Amino acid sequence: MIINSSEKVVVGAFLPYFCVLFKLYSINIMAKSGLLKSSIAKKVAMALSGLFLMLFLAQHFFINMTSVFSESVFNSISHFMGNNPLVQFVIQPILIVGVIFHFIMGFVLNIQNNNARPISYASYNGAANASWASRNMIISGSVILAFLGLHFYDFWVPEMAYKYVEFGPLNETRYFHELAEKFESPVRTALYCISFVLLSLHLQHGFSSSFQSIGANNKFSKGLQGFGLGFAIIIPLGFVFVALFHHFNH
Amino acid sequence: MKLTLKIWRQKNAQDKGAMVDYKIDGIEPDMSFLEMLDVFNEQQINAGGDPVAFDHDCREGICGMCSLFINGEAHGPDRGVTTCQLHMRMFKDGDTITIEPFRSVAFPVVKDLVVNRSSFDRIQHAGGFISVNTSGNTIDANTIPVNKVDADHAFDAATCIGCGACVASCKNGSAMLFVGAKVSQYALLPQGKIEATERVLNMVKQMDEEGFGNCTNTGACEVECPKGISLENIARMNREYLSASMKG
Ligand code: HEM
Ligand code: SF4
Ligand code: FES
Repeated sequence: MIINSSEKVVVGAFLPYFCVLFKLYSINIMAKSGLLKSSIAKKVAMALSGLFLMLFLAQHFFINMTSVFSESVFNSISHFMGNNPLVQFVIQPILIVGVIFHFIMGFVLNIQNNNARPISYASYNGAANASWASRNMIISGSVILAFLGLHFYDFWVPEMAYKYVEFGPLNETRYFHELAEKFESPVRTALYCISFVLLSLHLQHGFSSSFQSIGANNKFSKGLQGFGLGFAIIIPLGFVFVALFHHFNH
Repeated sequence: MKLTLKIWRQKNAQDKGAMVDYKIDGIEPDMSFLEMLDVFNEQQINAGGDPVAFDHDCREGICGMCSLFINGEAHGPDRGVTTCQLHMRMFKDGDTITIEPFRSVAFPVVKDLVVNRSSFDRIQHAGGFISVNTSGNTIDANTIPVNKVDADHAFDAATCIGCGACVASCKNGSAMLFVGAKVSQYALLPQGKIEATERVLNMVKQMDEEGFGNCTNTGACEVECPKGISLENIARMNREYLSASMKG
């Protein structure tokens, strides 16, 4: 059987969904087989997926930043990311699976934790001993999840439609304009910025927390905490800056 | 001092229970919190009421028996103390004080403010020990050299009195500070190495079976722990658990 190139692309486009289904299936298997049964194993899985997502964020940050400095650099990187088979059919599905794994696990842990205290306190002074960010990971996480829905709808869905449904022509210069158009709307720009603030809070706790979860609490921890705080502030701030830049400059 | 007390009253394990308001007078700032409750109970009994049940034993901060969630914090607003070491001078005349039992699915209420913390004992039984020969020719522990840093860390971990304030304070009802301390205490010493693998696997398994929540590293336990047990112990337990899982 001969498969022409557009059919290959269609098959490829659906690959992520198969991976997602497979991942959901394998989370189920892991939970049943006991691999992720213990509290510590779940914590470590949460930490590893969180660390992985932070790597992705750093990468996304640098690409976004180029859009502020050079339209053509941004276009050529976007074109590469959008058409390189390794990125499209290997890294992208891994990323989607990583996000899904992370938030499903977050909800699972949260439900278990709520069950651990069936009768709540009449008076609970959480602020006395822990930061807001650390106590509300499920809230900041849920806002990020809602944001991801919007973000996929804004960029990923049209991109998939352009490439794999409409079979739009290869065009190396379309990305910058698509980006700039999106940030014309003040509502969207505001929603993006609010989400980035919650992302910052999520990471302010998440960064150092993930090292503690994998058992790394040692002489480097103080330094890592400082670095983590910087990361948690600078990366989301960069995203806010890019959104505002395009909102006010076109 | 005149105070308003809001106290959790619950007849027995089956009773639903509720917060009840009381007025109390004649409290000295130098009294301990438990002495204040003694005075309260005396007044209750004299008035023909039912005294409030609460746990206590040593009353000097070493047994871990006293509990109580006071104004939203385990062992009240002071740091590094148990409830028996908490002084009434931490409160002001006219204050309202809420007093609740430690809340956890694994600490069921027995009566009023008394909770059953046997789940901690079961975790200890699952691995919180070392096997030594005690049949007459016991070897002095001091004959085995231990480096000072490890010995100090092990000692710090061993100061955990098993009070459960960590569980009570944690928004997730996690027992990882307690279990982390118990695992660390042995993991750091040569005598504990022999059973290290099964110890951490069994203790964590028991902890999960009791229904304690999952740690999300908020650090509330470390702040509220009367003995200053550090979060490092949880990280150490996680490391011990990971390497034990690879072996086992
Ligand atoms: C780009 C997106 C995200 C990044 C970079 C990220 C990163 C992290 C990191 C590093 C942690 C710490 C892990 C640990 O403590 O061991 C964490 C924890 C958590 N995340 Fe996310 N996260 C993201 C999205 C989400 C989403 C969409 C949810 C959905 C609800 C979520 C829910 C949670 C929860 C509940 C925790 C706390 C669990 C815990 O501390 O153990 N996260 N995240
Ligand atoms: S770790 Fe601290 S708070 Fe927890 S049981 Fe031990 S002494 Fe109590
Ligand atoms: S009664 Fe023993 S520690 Fe408070």
